[in-house]
Amino acid sequence: MSIELIIGILNIVLISTTPLVFAGIGELVTEKSGVLNLGLEGLMLVGAVTGFITLVLTGNYFYSLFLSIISGVILSGIFAFLVLNLMTNQIATGLALTIFGIGLSAMLGKKFAGTPIDGLNPYYFIVISFLLVFSVGYFLSKTKSGLIVRAVGENHNSAYALGYNVIKTRYLTIIFGGVMSSLAGYYISICYAPMWQEGMTAGRGWIALALVVFATWKPWRLLVGAYIFGGVAIMQMNLQAIGVKLPGQFFNMMPYIATLIVLVFISSNKVRLKLSAPSCLNIPYEKNS
Amino acid sequence: MQSIVEFKNIFKSYPGVKANQDVSFNIKEQSIHAILGENGAGKSTLVKILYGHLKPDSGEILINSNLAVINSPSTAKNLGINMVFQHFSLFESLTVAENLILGMNENISLTKLKDKSKTICDKYGFNLNLNSPISSLSVGQRQSVEIVRSLLNNPKILIMDEPTSVLTPDEISKLFKIIKNLVKDGLTVIFISHKLEEIINLSDYVTIMRNGKVVSTISTQNEDPETLGYKMLGYKVSKAKHESNINFSQEIFNIKNLSTKSKDPFTINLNKIDLNLKKGQIFGIAGVAGNGQKELMEILLNENDYEFSGDIFFKDLNINNLSTFQRKSLSISYVTEERLGHSAVPEMSLSENIFLSMNHKSEFKKGDFINFEKINSYASNVIKKFNVDTPSYNVKAGKLSGGNLQKFIIGREIMSNPELLILSQPTWGIDAGSEAFIKKTIVELSQKGVSIIIISHDLDELLEVCHQISVLYEGSLSNPLNVEDINITKLGKYMGGLFD
Repeated sequence: MSIELIIGILNIVLISTTPLVFAGIGELVTEKSGVLNLGLEGLMLVGAVTGFITLVLTGNYFYSLFLSIISGVILSGIFAFLVLNLMTNQIATGLALTIFGIGLSAMLGKKFAGTPIDGLNPYYFIVISFLLVFSVGYFLSKTKSGLIVRAVGENHNSAYALGYNVIKTRYLTIIFGGVMSSLAGYYISICYAPMWQEGMTAGRGWIALALVVFATWKPWRLLVGAYIFGGVAIMQMNLQAIGVKLPGQFFNMMPYIATLIVLVFISSNKVRLKLSAPSCLNIPYEKNS
Repeated sequence: MQSIVEFKNIFKSYPGVKANQDVSFNIKEQSIHAILGENGAGKSTLVKILYGHLKPDSGEILINSNLAVINSPSTAKNLGINMVFQHFSLFESLTVAENLILGMNENISLTKLKDKSKTICDKYGFNLNLNSPISSLSVGQRQSVEIVRSLLNNPKILIMDEPTSVLTPDEISKLFKIIKNLVKDGLTVIFISHKLEEIINLSDYVTIMRNGKVVSTISTQNEDPETLGYKMLGYKVSKAKHESNINFSQEIFNIKNLSTKSKDPFTINLNKIDLNLKKGQIFGIAGVAGNGQKELMEILLNENDYEFSGDIFFKDLNINNLSTFQRKSLSISYVTEERLGHSAVPEMSLSENIFLSMNHKSEFKKGDFINFEKINSYASNVIKKFNVDTPSYNVKAGKLSGGNLQKFIIGREIMSNPELLILSQPTWGIDAGSEAFIKKTIVELSQKGVSIIIISHDLDELLEVCHQISVLYEGSLSNPLNVEDINITKLGKYMGGLFD
């Protein structure tokens, strides 16, 4: 293998993995506060199509980025209202959000499928994604606000008893996660592809979810995990190009198998489970009255 | 001294329960004011209203003669009110330092926190390691963290909800010294308890509550436990008495050299436990919560797949490898600590709960079907004989009050004619009437030749009903003490681990 080929592969890995980093780090913060949002795939698709349509109609990158982010705020805001105020089941609501996002993005984007655009340089986003992981890591481990997020995810009743607003904290983390997913989608349709095609996120939202567990809720592990998952996906194409006869499905399932192994590993031991997963994850919070 | 807190006509009800009815009284500045009442008298509800944790249906609270609208704990903290909770509000996986920071109103750096907490610890004699995670601390240490966390905010009023229920006698006297020093330095302490001696020893004033209402607010100076107890309950409770100095002979249950080895830091390893129980004997296992009671109970039940060495014998039969149901079939009965979720399924009716515990008995089945006729008659017998206050056996277990459900559960096990009954915290959190009834039932049962093991944190209860008591400390069980020869000082030392 020549140096150029290796650099080329690394470059592709770098470019193709970034959406996983964005969506994953957002979901990590949401889950740290005790909320499981399974709607990443839907959020990404809507973020992708909103950004794309705005860019086609206005030709302005700033507007398109802005509206893509707004779509994430609105959708995750609705999700937050449902699970936090109406206390709906987080899993069912998240799934509904994904299904809704798939349908909505397909409907909105129908006329725009295949429209050519000038894409943005992905490297801006790649740099931002790295900075983001480090700032989230710093935020969670070093700042008081980050400590509050962890406290709310660890024991929401105690956090309330100490005077913290559990609902508000979770609104913020859910919306942060929603915006990150939109950015991931925006990156796919504006930088990575750049084009719109129905269902173009191709399951990355689910991989990002798996990634958070794989990383045992630690930001730097999430970054490493994202590049392992992304690398496996790229390796598949290259190996097939070289002529290795392994079915593509085998590589597609690698992230999930890896996540399963991690899950079995952490849950085989009560202590590890207690120390890594936020204790209040997926447990509805009912305010005393 | 002027009043720092004034409760004015506080009302609070839940569906079916009037938790607070027209509660009015004043708390004087720089005093220790106790609130006394049974479980369910409305003490906790009242202080939770003061702390902004609950909203009253109507009524007013005045702080320093100004009307205070306390909507949330954060408003309360801004008014200088802090609370130490009965079930701690700590974060297990976070460190002591992180827990302290979370409790503070202001934002401060770690070094400043260290200075501040050190000043408080030195002044009042707490001993905290800021870097250890909460999960590694004993219950007493956890309470210290809670108190220091409250003090860091320079509160004017400190509420303590049943702070002594988890402490050894030594730790309690230490805590009382600390509280008295705090009050000298200007703090007002609201102290909730149902233990009469404690209130008389510690507090200046006491408000007695019964069924959500204030009975009276008096100075504790001239009170003694009996009169105070009568005011709390409204009736006199007779103590359960057993005959002392019986010579028990026939051995029925033996634990020999039982040890566990678990790497899980959240469980306590049992260490060479020996226990010898005779027919008709009541044996108490005392100790502060978290010293291995849970693990011991789980091994007696064989609920968890513990790896253990040593042997357990029931009437000379080694039962190490027998399942819970096999043990039950040998006429060993269990009453576990958690009433709802462990002893009984809250969403199921009383009769269904009978079946769940008795399904090793063929008489309750017709082939593979449930024999409801038998079960219902068994349930109504339990309800009748054990004074369970419920309209019928079709009521869901979760609807019963703690005391009634506990009577039902204990009745359910006793009616199956056990030879050995193992109880964990049998009277925890229930009303005094049910408590007296259960104690009496236990003593009567032993007189019929049933052997009984009681695991409890409540020393008074054990001293009242047991023949012998051992203390569990960090997984080791002390030598048994005859109740007649026990004094509290010795027991206190044992509970602090000073035996051998």
